[in-house]
Amino acid sequence: MLTILFDGIAYGMLLFVLASGLAVTMGLMNLINLAHGAFAMAGGYVAVALVNKAGWPFAAGLLAAFVVPALLGALMERTLYRHVYAKPHLDQVLFTIGLAFMAVAAVDFAMGTQQVFVQLPRALEGQIDLGGVGIGRYRLLIIILCGLITVALQYALARTLFGARLRAAVDDARTARGLGINVSAVFALTFAVGSGLAGLGGALGAEILGLDPHFPLKFMIYFLIVVAVGGTSSITGPFIAALLLGIGDVAGKYYAPQFGAFAIYTIMIVVLIVRPQGLFTRVAGK
Amino acid sequence: MSALQGVLATAVADHLAARARWRAAELVFWGAALASVFLLPGKHLILAEIAILALFALSLDLILGYAGIVSLGHAAFFGFGAYAAGLLAKHALITEPVLGLLAAGLLAALLGFACAFLVLRGSDLTRLMVTLGVAMMLRELANRLDKLTGGADGLQGITMAPVLGRFSFDITGHTAYVYALAVLFVLFVVARRIVHSPFGLSLMSIRGNPLRAGALGVPVNARLVAIYTVAAGYAGVAGALLTQTTAFCSLDVLSFDRSADLLLVLIIGGTGYLYGGLIGAVVFKLLQDALATLTPQYWQFWIGLILVIIVLVGRERMSGWWHAAVAQGARRLGLRERP
Amino acid sequence: MSAALETVGLVKSFGGIAATSNVSLAVARGARHALIGPNGAGKTTLINQLTGVLTPDAGRVLLEGSDITALSPHRRVRRGLARTFQINQLFADLSPLESVGLAVSERLGRGHDWWRVAGSRSTVDDSIAEILERFHLADVMHERTAHLPYGKQRLLEIALAIACGPSVLLLDEPAAGVPEDERHDILGAVAALPREVTVLFIEHDMDLVFSFAERITVLVNGAVFTEGTPQEIARDERVKAVYLGEEPVHA
Ligand SMILES: Nc1ncnc2c1ncn2[C@@H]1O[C@H](COP(=O)(O)OP(=O)(O)O)[C@@H](O)[C@H]1O
Ligand SMILES: [Mg+2]
Repeated sequence: MLTILFDGIAYGMLLFVLASGLAVTMGLMNLINLAHGAFAMAGGYVAVALVNKAGWPFAAGLLAAFVVPALLGALMERTLYRHVYAKPHLDQVLFTIGLAFMAVAAVDFAMGTQQVFVQLPRALEGQIDLGGVGIGRYRLLIIILCGLITVALQYALARTLFGARLRAAVDDARTARGLGINVSAVFALTFAVGSGLAGLGGALGAEILGLDPHFPLKFMIYFLIVVAVGGTSSITGPFIAALLLGIGDVAGKYYAPQFGAFAIYTIMIVVLIVRPQGLFTRVAGK
Repeated sequence: MSALQGVLATAVADHLAARARWRAAELVFWGAALASVFLLPGKHLILAEIAILALFALSLDLILGYAGIVSLGHAAFFGFGAYAAGLLAKHALITEPVLGLLAAGLLAALLGFACAFLVLRGSDLTRLMVTLGVAMMLRELANRLDKLTGGADGLQGITMAPVLGRFSFDITGHTAYVYALAVLFVLFVVARRIVHSPFGLSLMSIRGNPLRAGALGVPVNARLVAIYTVAAGYAGVAGALLTQTTAFCSLDVLSFDRSADLLLVLIIGGTGYLYGGLIGAVVFKLLQDALATLTPQYWQFWIGLILVIIVLVGRERMSGWWHAAVAQGARRLGLRERP
Repeated sequence: MSAALETVGLVKSFGGIAATSNVSLAVARGARHALIGPNGAGKTTLINQLTGVLTPDAGRVLLEGSDITALSPHRRVRRGLARTFQINQLFADLSPLESVGLAVSERLGRGHDWWRVAGSRSTVDDSIAEILERFHLADVMHERTAHLPYGKQRLLEIALAIACGPSVLLLDEPAAGVPEDERHDILGAVAALPREVTVLFIEHDMDLVFSFAERITVLVNGAVFTEGTPQEIARDERVKAVYLGEEPVHA
């Protein structure tokens, strides 16, 4: 029971790190990015290549899983995404589905269809016993790492100059430019960090979520649930949503496997009926 | 009323009526479709697939092209209709295809009616999520209820009676194609009536500017619910056609890829003039055929690339080129009427 | 005599900024009533609450004595309340003919006809023709609205509201942005409305306000500052002070 809760939390935090970039681009920059999972997949495969094949240490692999997708994200943002910020949502949907499809097929071509795993260092395998509760070491690491990232993210958005710039740029790009803020650089950096975090999440999560070329499409709905249910007005909403989703999904699969993911979709739809703006959005006066 | 106004009223009536008049190019289009029945007997299997896809795309055009609702889960209604028709036939409740089609269409329309209320709430993002979520939920449901649906193996053992008690489905796909084409044509004519009616005009106004539409007395939500229901029914009929003509139905009918491909089909042909889905279906299937022989496994890559290019070039600009090309072609053929 | 349109204690704020504070206003039946006030006074916000685009935080809106606060915008239109927008809200892809046709079909209860081809009902067509002629739009009736010159678009903006057949008409700066020499088309059409139509209009051009209005309400910072006949308002030094503190630009 506690083990399930623990696994659920680990899963949820992972989902949050994976989806946090999407929460920011979708919530703040109003960009519907259905290809977000492709960056997570990129991170996963980078880690596989470096750790399994090139023999890098696990930690270095994780770092690369952040850096490479972040660079990729920055590049794509500068060359492609920035052309669709101002387009209608339909165009954004088409464009990013297109990118996701291309990523899926390209990875399939390059790496094959089979599922892959990142080799864990020995120290992270197995369980430790905490007051009679068996806790996976690796899951503990995930919780700690993701927790740190969450705190850092919250701090960066709410307290730093960069966060303030981002909010200004989103609120009113023209005025922000007038104040000397380099809006496009702010957007590019935000996008890059979001992609990097997705990549890190993809590498960390390969063990738990599984990693194969269909990752971007398989988990797209989960990321979207986190953002849509959590609301886009803060980072706390998606965080809570991710935790609930993680715990719900793990518990659901354990206690009622016959329903599968059915319960998750139902809950999402009910939430969106009751609170179309998300569960944790302060409803502003209309 | 002054005499001048009388003249103007006549002009108004004429011009509104002219919107609904059949154009020469349309007659050519349907003439060609009819001719394919006789001239391309070896291609009837793929032509039936095209007709079904075209009907499905027509359904999406009704909500996207005319009412401006972006959907990522239109396969929900297609799949629902497909399973409904399959189950009705398998359990010998309705084996006559046309009746089965009606029943499946009505059931899908009911589902669409229920979903419409969800879809109307919230932003584009919520709409995307709800449409996507409903499709995923149905897929999961079909997967789990394997006693009923056959789960991942698909629904097997469907036997259809002859269409209208006379025309049995055959291995060359001849009956299938004629049947699918006839259904497509009938439903197309109905859709055409709808979009040229005052109701259709109000849909276009909602797509263009919902705020103003409401300020002119248009009951925006009621109209959207209505068209969403109709479109869901159309999608259900398309799904039912697929099940009936192939005597098989699998989870595939509810997949995300099907909804995404559908968007591409419609975007290729262009939205908001009804023929987009039809033309898109032809182009899409031909492309799929050509590319699949080139790189069977990686067909998805090319779909993605096309989507990306379409958006980067700009749908408006593409449709501009397309219209110019069609106009040019029509002029050559002497089909062009007054602008 | 009861008012055609009345508000009771309307309140609306946007994140702490009170855009409407406790506005109670009565517009008499058949009145030509002007609503004036500096930019940002909350005039448009008030119209938005009258028409149902915005929901007030508190207070009520009464049309011909009955409470319409909870009605959706289209229901209010059915009850005879129509408006124009300060910034044109048109259908870029439709022609003036189609746009006016839409408004007229809805007014005559034909908007849900889904099988009949538009244009096949002569009562609708006559009414469309009448509006197009009255607003000098007949010569451009087939063109895409997006391609029309601004003056024609502004005419269409007003024509659409009048095509709804309102008993109460709300005009939000009808002449805004229209050059001096094109204004008479718009103003003429408004002046020619039957007396029984109640008109509440927002306008910045004081010559226009004083030549047309029979009653004037001044709104400042979301609250009713004062109300009176044009003579009373013209004499009021405080109103002058409010306006002198403000640059004469149109918003
Ligand atoms: N949708 C909105 N969100 C936030 N503030 C608004 C909104 N609409 C209007 N306001 C604010 O309310 C005040 C009144 O605006 P408005 O009604 O447009 O004034 P007016 O029409 O008299 O020029 C202004 O301070 C404006 O910035
Ligand atoms: Mg205003």
